[in-house]
Amino acid sequence: MVKTRVAALLIFLAAAGAGWYTYNTEVTGAWLFRLGLDLSGGTQLVYRADTSNLAGADVDESMSALRDTIERRVNLFGVSEPIVQTQEAGLFSGDIEQRLIVELPGITDTQEAIELIGETPVLEFRMLKVGAEPTGEPDEDINALFEPASITGKHLESSQLQFQSGAGFAGEPVVVLNFNAEGKAIFAEMTKNNVGRIFGIFLDGEPISMPVIREEIPNGTAVISGSFTPDSARELARNLNYGALPVAIELLSTQTVAGTLGAQAVESGIMAGIWGVIAVALFMLLWYRLPGVVAVLALSVYVIVVLALFKFIPVTLTAAGIAAFILSIGMAVDANVLIFERMKEELRAGKRTTDAIGEGFGRAWPSIRDSNISSMITAVILFWLGTSLVKGFALVFGLGVLVSMLTAISVSRTFLLALGMHEKNGFVKFLFGSGTQ
Amino acid sequence: MFIVKNRNIIFILTGIVLAAALASLAVFGLKAGIDFTGGTLVEVSYESIRTSPDVVSESLRAAGLEEFSLRESGESGYTLRTGELTDTQREFLAAMFTIGDNTAHIDQLSEIGPTIGTELRNKAFLALSLVLVCILFFIAFAFRKVSKPISSWVYGAIALVTLCFDVLVPVGFFAFLGHLTGAQVDTLFVTAVLTILGYSVHDTIVVFDRTRENLRINEERNRKESFDETAGRALGQTFVRSMNTSVTTIIVLAALYALGPDSTKDFSLTLLVGIVAGTYSSIFLATPLLVAFEKWRRR
Repeated sequence: MVKTRVAALLIFLAAAGAGWYTYNTEVTGAWLFRLGLDLSGGTQLVYRADTSNLAGADVDESMSALRDTIERRVNLFGVSEPIVQTQEAGLFSGDIEQRLIVELPGITDTQEAIELIGETPVLEFRMLKVGAEPTGEPDEDINALFEPASITGKHLESSQLQFQSGAGFAGEPVVVLNFNAEGKAIFAEMTKNNVGRIFGIFLDGEPISMPVIREEIPNGTAVISGSFTPDSARELARNLNYGALPVAIELLSTQTVAGTLGAQAVESGIMAGIWGVIAVALFMLLWYRLPGVVAVLALSVYVIVVLALFKFIPVTLTAAGIAAFILSIGMAVDANVLIFERMKEELRAGKRTTDAIGEGFGRAWPSIRDSNISSMITAVILFWLGTSLVKGFALVFGLGVLVSMLTAISVSRTFLLALGMHEKNGFVKFLFGSGTQ
Repeated sequence: MFIVKNRNIIFILTGIVLAAALASLAVFGLKAGIDFTGGTLVEVSYESIRTSPDVVSESLRAAGLEEFSLRESGESGYTLRTGELTDTQREFLAAMFTIGDNTAHIDQLSEIGPTIGTELRNKAFLALSLVLVCILFFIAFAFRKVSKPISSWVYGAIALVTLCFDVLVPVGFFAFLGHLTGAQVDTLFVTAVLTILGYSVHDTIVVFDRTRENLRINEERNRKESFDETAGRALGQTFVRSMNTSVTTIIVLAALYALGPDSTKDFSLTLLVGIVAGTYSSIFLATPLLVAFEKWRRR
């Protein structure tokens, strides 16, 4: 008895502490809930990366270079806390596709966001295939004549505008590319082995310069000489300095939510949550009386634990996630209902209160476990297959199911036993009764 | 148990509800949303009063939008569904809705490319099949022990029948909702259906488990009791429990529907209908079906 009461007190204090911490870090802004774009406002862009020109082994590396470049560019434009991630998609549709997901909180003009990313130049280096010869005819597929070179846009370190010197070219603006240390070695090796071949520099998918390799270039620089004006060359050099994409990207989908709409969604989500909890608590109190109080306490612990976990894990909350959380509040008390109903049966069979509590828990357990298993199956499949929207729902739902099971069997049990009702008098019977009995 | 006794009334009622759901599905049909077909969805709002739909439509056509559907949404907004946008159309989207000085704001814009649409559709079907397979296994596992006088597979089959009911009702309802408000089938709808599947199957299993437990105890104690009485008793024993677990879930879903964010309103309403159907089927439909089967078999 003393033991369970100490345990109950500890649970109570721990929950109160966690609740205070969660609340305090939110109010002071020290550790906020992480909100998805549909709640905070912003734009999400999903791109497909065209890796068809890359050898299989280079794909991962190029994708991470792609991510770094976009991240750098997005940061440069002062977007706060952008998320840029790569994803391999299409596992279930056959063709594996490399995707780039860019989340820009606070940017609610979709076109502006697309342009912000879209201005990033795509710089590719290719070699003319042996035997192939560009004819210069308009319907010629120039891409088919070239094969990927060992050097890629990710090896670029910097670039600058220069004016060509020398007979015939004097004063023509060119863009000089400086490769990084790794690129320098690769470029030296490549030029050494391919003297006499034509090297193609492609910008945004168009060949802009096709010099012949005359000799090994050991210093790690290449020159793009196209029909630049000084201004266009300067702009290209500047854009390349922000970073060039190693592969071309194509926009697949966009999602933009205005900040005001997100704020409204958060507010109404909180209202629905509060009223949902109050209504469920009232129902449990009115129907189950004293055990109802225990159920409400267990429910409070549940809510606090889940909210704290949202911060701790952390879980990115979306409107669907909030819906899952509210739904899980209704389901969290299910276990309590199962336990109390069993307990009542044991009491009716003439058992003492303490025994009835123990028996009630024991016999309700398989049912609690099974009902949570079937919900868990759904949550896992949804999380595995879902889009980010559905994942948000599935994660919170799954988390809710697990935590509610734990709070029901540990917290409710401890609190009920800690009440320490031995007596078989009428009042205790009434308190443990329910409904109309 | 009144439910078992009045099972014919219940069967008629169930038939009516089912017929209504199927009719709604047949008449209104389910419209796939842009999640699955690809396309563009725009939510627009005005400061106070929306410009009339005719004027807006004309402005949209002038901007080069060919096929689109424009629906009034909320108090002063529109929902626009159309195909892919060009860069220029995207840039001047708010301007297309702004007629005179009645400024429009873009609250939400989603564009889904055709590849993503196909992928989401495949994933939705895969998720649905996987959940169904898992639930079949779950039912098979729950009724793995042989039982008398009705063999286990009958319990399993009836659990499946009630599950079909639980899904058909919200799906039929959603078709009706689509007719009323233009709601379309999206990933959230699929999520709602899967959640209903996961949640509803269990209640039926609990009632049936109790029936089988009662039958076993009767046999052990050599007590004579007709099957409908035993099944009715099991229903009575689990009635409050089934009702109360559903009531708490229905309470929070009602709160979510009434007070929650607009983006999850269709979702919570679908869930609500599904959970109500699930509760009804496990309490009012499953056991009467079982009793009717037993009666029919003995004839």
